[in-house]
Amino acid sequence: MALLEIQDLHASVDGHEILKGLNLTVNAGEVHSIMGPNGSGKSTLAAVLARRETYQVTGGRVLFNGKDLLEMKPEDAACEGVFLAFQYPVEIPGIGNAYFVRSAMNAIRKFHGQDELDAMDFLPLYKERMKILEMDDKLVNRSVNEGFSGGEKKRNEILQMAMLEPKLAILDETDSGLDIDALRIVAKGVNAMRGPDRAFLVITHYQRLLDYITPDFVHVLVDGKIVRSGGPELALELEDTGYGPSEADVPQVLPA
Amino acid sequence: MSSTVDTIRGLAEQDYKWGFITDIAEDRAPKGLSEDIVRLISARKGEPEWMLEWRLNALRHWFRMAKEEGAPTWANLTIAPIDYQNISYYSAPKKKPQLESLDQVDPELLRTYEKLGIPLNEQKLFSGVAVDAVFDSVSVATTFKGKLAEMGVIFCSFSEAVQKHPDLIKKYLGSVVPHTDNFYAALNAAVFTDGSFVYVPKGVRCPMELSTYFRINAAETGQFERTLIVADEGAYVSYLEGCTAPIRDENQLHAAVVELIALDNAQIKYSTVQNWYPGDKEGRGGIYNFVTKRGKCLGVNSKISWTQVETGSAITWKYPSCILQGDNSVGEFYSVALTNNRQQADTGTKMIHIGKNTRSTIVSKGISAGYGQNTYRGQVKILKSATGARNYTQCDSLLIGDRCGAHTFPYIEVRNASARMEHEASTSKIGENQLFYLRQRGLTAENAVSMIVNGFCKTVFKELPMEFAVEAQKLLGVSLEGSVG
Repeated sequence: MALLEIQDLHASVDGHEILKGLNLTVNAGEVHSIMGPNGSGKSTLAAVLARRETYQVTGGRVLFNGKDLLEMKPEDAACEGVFLAFQYPVEIPGIGNAYFVRSAMNAIRKFHGQDELDAMDFLPLYKERMKILEMDDKLVNRSVNEGFSGGEKKRNEILQMAMLEPKLAILDETDSGLDIDALRIVAKGVNAMRGPDRAFLVITHYQRLLDYITPDFVHVLVDGKIVRSGGPELALELEDTGYGPSEADVPQVLPA
Repeated sequence: MSSTVDTIRGLAEQDYKWGFITDIAEDRAPKGLSEDIVRLISARKGEPEWMLEWRLNALRHWFRMAKEEGAPTWANLTIAPIDYQNISYYSAPKKKPQLESLDQVDPELLRTYEKLGIPLNEQKLFSGVAVDAVFDSVSVATTFKGKLAEMGVIFCSFSEAVQKHPDLIKKYLGSVVPHTDNFYAALNAAVFTDGSFVYVPKGVRCPMELSTYFRINAAETGQFERTLIVADEGAYVSYLEGCTAPIRDENQLHAAVVELIALDNAQIKYSTVQNWYPGDKEGRGGIYNFVTKRGKCLGVNSKISWTQVETGSAITWKYPSCILQGDNSVGEFYSVALTNNRQQADTGTKMIHIGKNTRSTIVSKGISAGYGQNTYRGQVKILKSATGARNYTQCDSLLIGDRCGAHTFPYIEVRNASARMEHEASTSKIGENQLFYLRQRGLTAENAVSMIVNGFCKTVFKELPMEFAVEAQKLLGVSLEGSVG
């Protein structure tokens, strides 16, 4: 059974159809990259999979671990193992980073009938993973993302992912706004988490990130559909030719 | 919250020994307000003549006010007219049918207490099983009376203080909030039934938090208590006040007065968690909370600090204030006020700078949800004499949903050019993006809102004593229930 199975997915925002019949199958252990021009539906796909309620699903089916993902609330999807690293991480003033992540971990543990972690068990683990992401200890008690630089916010997303250990991690343009050093660190954090039980959906506009996180599959999303799929070499080809599809794949002129 | 709970539990397990008279029915005054009623209250409490005169004087003033101007209307509140002649002003808690076990208690109420983390004994207590009559305005002083007495600290009910410490009462009663101050203060001065009195002698640091749990039990009565705290030179005291009420169907008037006096180098810290019954979702019932709280920093280097968490009451009208008279004295006001459903709050503070180098800090956090209306009203006044005065005001509002309102009325009056004033204000809304972010990490919508609100209130909560801070956080969670769809 595939970890994630998307069949003919249609989704709208404010009445505009963005996803127009998307199909994708992701198995545990695989890293898939979704590439495509602005407005093609990449972030919509991420939001729908994370069950954001401002996005309406108008057709299709999504199975996650055999369960109907589209029936789930955001928190249920999270507890089942879907993690979204946000393109624009949100600030939560007055709530400490470590406290936030521990609350999230415990919400997920509770969902699975496990005992809650206390601060003593949690903190060493948290600090160890902060080290991998080369994050300053001072960030432990700082409010979530408040006053963080762009790079710190993105690293904080990966840190949360490392703590929550999801089955499916969706990285929504995690590379945007990162300098080359930060990019390397983020990639290191992601690569450390690759394993046979976990899959990644790496959404990116640029090939650059894929120099550091080598995908097993690359898909090109154009106008709400996947128009091409291939191996890592496809990303390199796109780098040269852009997202203009080959004549064979899409016969019609695409909207801007 | 353990020590608060312990003191409550202690009370619950004790025999009924303070305050009200054994035969409740006989002592219930007829509805209405008159000199005879005030005489009756005073007589029932066995008060000396001077106390009666003081009350009558206040009553006459109140009648004048009621006739000439009526209740104040300047607050940003919509209040149905109150018939002051239709309230009983002296009534021991009316006996409700005694509940035999927790099974008979409203399950919603039980669920609330469970969420508050109040153990079973306290659930019984709060739900009115067996201990109903004990709880109106009884101070818990007696629990530690021996230990406090060794240090010379007086902590007793107001009635007892009138009998045993008349010199202190005569000297300080009405010295901060005179009966002429406002409509509700005049009413309180005429008919107050009990409350707490604290005196901390020179150089004594009160070794424990003093706390009072106010509880409105009876229907059809008003609740008027009066608290007076005096910290003598170099003394320190921290006082906690908690309020709950189970009344479910009618509005009830609560008009309290609190006076604090800090002499040279003295410090008073006064914390309140106000959770009077707020009324139901449609705005039926709930407490009308009209409270006058004021502290006077009479001595040099004195400090008075108010911290309040206001989650209850249908209507809150309350401005804990500081008169900074002594040179170098300090006033602080930290407030969280939450209005959900149809609740209305008009709350804030006054900082009156008289002495040199006086400093004040105001941090107000207003949260509105449902159809709640939340108003911050604050006055900072720097008199001519207050050379070198400083004020910092921070006033933040948080909106949940789009049917509620937040309003801010800051009044700043400066008569000395050396003053330094800072005022910061913000209004924000809990956004879909914040909620989604937290829910994406596994938190339920309700927990997500609660977490965002707690983060918003953090700077105030850290001023509360530990046990109260925990209670306040949980209270916010409960009060916000149903605020997200």
